[in-house]
Amino acid sequence: MGNYVGKSMKRVEDPRFIQGQGKYVANLKIYGMTHAAIKRSPYPHAKINSINTAAAEALEGVIAVFTGKDLVEGGVNPIPCGFTPPDIKLPPHHALAIDRVRHVGDGVAVVIAETAYIAHDALDLIEVDYEPLPAVVDAKAAAQAGAPQVHDEVPNNVSFTWAIGDEAAVNAALAAADHVVELDLINQRLIPNAMEPRAAVAQWDSAMEQMTVWTSSQNPHTIRLLLSAFTLGIPEHKLRVISPDVGGGFGSKIFHYAEEVIVPWAARKIGRPVKWVATRSESHSTDAHGRDHVTHCKLGMSKDGIFQALHIENYANMGAYLSLFAPMIPTALYHTLMAGLYKTPVIYGVTYGTMTNTTPVDAYRGAGRPEASYVLERLIDIASRDLNMDPIELRRKNFIQPDEFPYQTPVALLYDSGNYDAVFDKAVEMADYSAMRAEQATARADGRLVGVGVSGCIEASGAGPSAVVVSLGAAIGLYESGAIRVHPTGKVTVLTGAHSHGQGHETSLAQIVGDELGIPVSDIEVIHGDTERLPYGVGTYASRSMAVGGGALVMSAQKIRDKITRIAAHQLEAAVEDMVYDRATGTVHVKGAPDKSKAFGEIAFAVTLANNLPAGMEPALEETSYFDPPNFTFPNSAHIAKVEVDKDSGEVTLLDYVAVDDVGNIINPLLVEGQIVGGVAQGVGQALWEHGAYDANGQLLSGTFMDYAMPRADGFPNIRVGRTVTPSPSNPLGVKGAGEMGTIAGTVTVVNAVMDALAPLGVRHLDMPLTAEKIKAAIAAANGGGN
Amino acid sequence: MYPPKFDYLRADSAANALELLAANPDAKVMAGGHSLIPAMNLRLADPGTIIDIGRVADFKDFSANGGIVGIGSGITHAMIAASSDVPAALSEAAGLIGDPQVRNRGTIGGNIAHADPASDLPTVLVALGAAISTVSSSGSRMIQAGDFFVDLFETALMDGELVAEITMDQDGANTGSAYAKLSNPASRYAMVGAAARVTVEGGVFTAVSVAVGGLTPKAQAAPSVNAALVGKAATADNIAAAAAAVQNDLGDDVMGDIHASADYRRQMATVFVKRALTKATERAG
Amino acid sequence: MKVSMTVNGKTYNRDVEPRMLLVHFLRDELGMTGTNIGCDTSQCGACTIHMNGMAVKSCTTLAVQADGATITTIEGLANGSELHPMQQAFWENHGLQCGYCTPGMIMAATKLVENNPNITEAEIRHGLEGNICRCTGYENIVRSVKAAAAQMGGGD
Repeated sequence: MGNYVGKSMKRVEDPRFIQGQGKYVANLKIYGMTHAAIKRSPYPHAKINSINTAAAEALEGVIAVFTGKDLVEGGVNPIPCGFTPPDIKLPPHHALAIDRVRHVGDGVAVVIAETAYIAHDALDLIEVDYEPLPAVVDAKAAAQAGAPQVHDEVPNNVSFTWAIGDEAAVNAALAAADHVVELDLINQRLIPNAMEPRAAVAQWDSAMEQMTVWTSSQNPHTIRLLLSAFTLGIPEHKLRVISPDVGGGFGSKIFHYAEEVIVPWAARKIGRPVKWVATRSESHSTDAHGRDHVTHCKLGMSKDGIFQALHIENYANMGAYLSLFAPMIPTALYHTLMAGLYKTPVIYGVTYGTMTNTTPVDAYRGAGRPEASYVLERLIDIASRDLNMDPIELRRKNFIQPDEFPYQTPVALLYDSGNYDAVFDKAVEMADYSAMRAEQATARADGRLVGVGVSGCIEASGAGPSAVVVSLGAAIGLYESGAIRVHPTGKVTVLTGAHSHGQGHETSLAQIVGDELGIPVSDIEVIHGDTERLPYGVGTYASRSMAVGGGALVMSAQKIRDKITRIAAHQLEAAVEDMVYDRATGTVHVKGAPDKSKAFGEIAFAVTLANNLPAGMEPALEETSYFDPPNFTFPNSAHIAKVEVDKDSGEVTLLDYVAVDDVGNIINPLLVEGQIVGGVAQGVGQALWEHGAYDANGQLLSGTFMDYAMPRADGFPNIRVGRTVTPSPSNPLGVKGAGEMGTIAGTVTVVNAVMDALAPLGVRHLDMPLTAEKIKAAIAAANGGGN
Repeated sequence: MYPPKFDYLRADSAANALELLAANPDAKVMAGGHSLIPAMNLRLADPGTIIDIGRVADFKDFSANGGIVGIGSGITHAMIAASSDVPAALSEAAGLIGDPQVRNRGTIGGNIAHADPASDLPTVLVALGAAISTVSSSGSRMIQAGDFFVDLFETALMDGELVAEITMDQDGANTGSAYAKLSNPASRYAMVGAAARVTVEGGVFTAVSVAVGGLTPKAQAAPSVNAALVGKAATADNIAAAAAAVQNDLGDDVMGDIHASADYRRQMATVFVKRALTKATERAG
Repeated sequence: MKVSMTVNGKTYNRDVEPRMLLVHFLRDELGMTGTNIGCDTSQCGACTIHMNGMAVKSCTTLAVQADGATITTIEGLANGSELHPMQQAFWENHGLQCGYCTPGMIMAATKLVENNPNITEAEIRHGLEGNICRCTGYENIVRSVKAAAAQMGGGD
């Protein structure tokens, strides 16, 4: 194999981060820079009678105060939604609310001041006369008759209804099934909380009529397109969007946010650079939230546990406005995953996307797929108990077999490859599953509540082809760009349209290119996140960077190798077909004559001289490619967790966690394991601690880290990671997405473990987060209401 | 993240602090600032004037003589957590406040003057029967911990009065103390805190003092538990039975929030009193 | 109000508003942006620095409180071009992903190990209670701190 791919290289980006030299947006300082702060609604739903900004404007150091009306009069257009299934009702989403606020945190005015301190002082001087209106919070309650209406444009608060499958066939199969597991469950709202709060800086060059926007985004080209074609109307060639170092995203930094509109608009208006940095409290009420489903589901099976039909009815909370990709998450990225690892022959699912007086909800790590896995793997877990079958054995009975790939599921997807028994074999071995069960039996005999949880999950990642994605309703093609520029000295600049916000692409993509061209990684620099430096880019989300972004670079490397080979053949006076490109050394030689060779650097310099090239060849070693994958990739997993529940208090301790994942070929095991473990921690966070909670009136109760329980180091045992490899046929590297599986599997694995601990008490299901109180109440109820 | 404006006065001695306070009666006194500054960062606090007593050496004395430990109000949680002179319950609780960084700055005086019901130290001080010495321009006085905490964020401190020192008995012979806490999963503050000090002689409890906090507006003693245990053999069954008596001492003002309801906290008072008693009893042996 | 402090070995004098947080002083007055801000409630620890030899949250400290103090930030942790063992260990063990919590994590971990050279895994996990990381699941952070402890003269 190559010199780099498959090896655990430490990251080339780390020296700057460990020395405090990260280039985050909040670190930018530009001459003349001003500071923005945004006045936000304390009400979940209210009519704005008036806004008085006079006192704020009069404060020394305040440059300007703008309201939603000012923006509209200044030519700002609403923020669009980029996934629009048929018949969707699209309510307008203004960067600043105009006559009505619709969630706590909805912006009503922006202050621009000389310092951030003054800007925040001025917020307290803005008087807004609100007339509170009734609010609705719950996804399902919003669709019921008589619920408060969030938008006039969305009758009954139902923005869209999206269904897949043959419901009649599913109902018939359920009616005929020996056993049906039926369950109501809630996939609670989460707040992504990347550690870097969102930030934007904008600078207007009036002479050149050029705008530069720095934003903490996962996809700067998408933001440029939206700023240009929709919200601000600045011509795309006059607009540069830069996403420098971004401190985590997890989906929440994909979307086009109001502040990305307000800040550049204000910068042009006042003729000075403007900076806005969210406080953590602002992040809680304005970063798009995740999950928030209310679901009713049924799984029918034969008495020996063969799955026969699955029926899902789901209400998905969209929040107060439709965030950029919000409608895609509980539809195309959710119902299509309901086959899981299994051969369930008929599946039906419907989602109602409802508007509520809450912060908008959109993709958060896993994005639809954790919700799908949660439904399916909870149902199976309950089924195993009902049928008195080991949960792994029940799953194995229903697996799609290795010789059945490619496998067409009843919910649109065509699975590429997999060997699910092998993944489970490995997990069972690593966890020493039978010993775990034996320890559990001993503990139970001692009266202790010990549980072992299992899940088998699948994910569709690295989305494509674009034609399919667009046909589903997405206003975006999901290809990726990759350019390789060879300099005269043989050093290489790699330009990727993918964006790294923690994934380590500067290392992993360099490993790919290093091996493709046979050059040292130290000779390669990976550039990302700047619309003016890159050809184009789609960005990083949905675990696509290696599969799609890496694929594009393999294509460009192939073109570079071809050109180098032709030049070498010309200079060595040999036939092109007789040339061998040795990727271990980066040399090209004549077949059977290794001494007749040219090194990579020699050709690079020869190209610059351009005096001895094949006739008609352009003197450049620079290639750009766009890879549009033929299919998604389908990573899959077997995770096993062991927990103990304290009978007195209901507190859960996570004792052991084993994650075995098939993410196809691996570029850098160190980074892949980091992705898996980090993902698991986020999944466990949802299972046990995290909740973006509102009260019934729409007040956000978990508005800071004082009330939103982030996972901490002391909440985890060692998380043990293993892998099996079945290469994906859908991209040149054979890789599958690795970024989200940990989260997709982690949540349901831990919930299954806690429910297994409580099984002797007859507890069937509890909704997340599994707080000590909920568990204690279940224990008390099982014991006849006593303690 | 951007505190409102205030005037800042820095005291260099206890006497100077009292002068500044007399001249600025509405001023907020700040030691480490680890309760005040986060509140100002969220603009939930807007003190027009702050008197910084963080550098006052008079408040940083620490003594352990004749079985009595005296802790200056300016002593940090980190120092208390690391001390083997203070009762085990106190060092244990101090080590559970916030995190190491917070413990390096937060002080015992600031903590108790703030009287946050979810704080750990008040509960311990009540159980330990600590005395709180104060200074003011009219002299000094001593307040029993049980009288010091009056209500939610309310103490017996009068205007112009500062906490100077906290004194208490060390854990003596055959005596152990402990603190057990059910933490808020987000903030890590106490949703229920229980502190206990016991003396066990000849296998029998001869002295018991228990207090609970976190769930009530102020830390409070649990005399019913004490009464149920004194004179009884130091057995797990007796501890469990006595712990349940805490229910008699909780009153009607048990608080709840999204993390734990009042009912659940009430149940947990028994569980955590039992844990504190169990640990204290082990330490007494 | 006039303040003076020694930051990473150099003394700085500035005139600041009393309300200015130490983290803003470091970032905006001194241009040392390595210390990050991750929350507004003293929970996340991204802003951790060393003040008079102790790990402190600079978002919960006023610049005026640090008047006269000796401060080390992440920019001053390395010895010239030689990384501190904690920095090196985070690099070797993939103890960071997005890098945002990293400066605070490294500054907190450095003091944990200095104060407890034979630190155990449980002590590391408890000791990092005041530092939130969203990326790593803490596994490699704990591994990094253990590795650094071994380098720094202790280790279990």
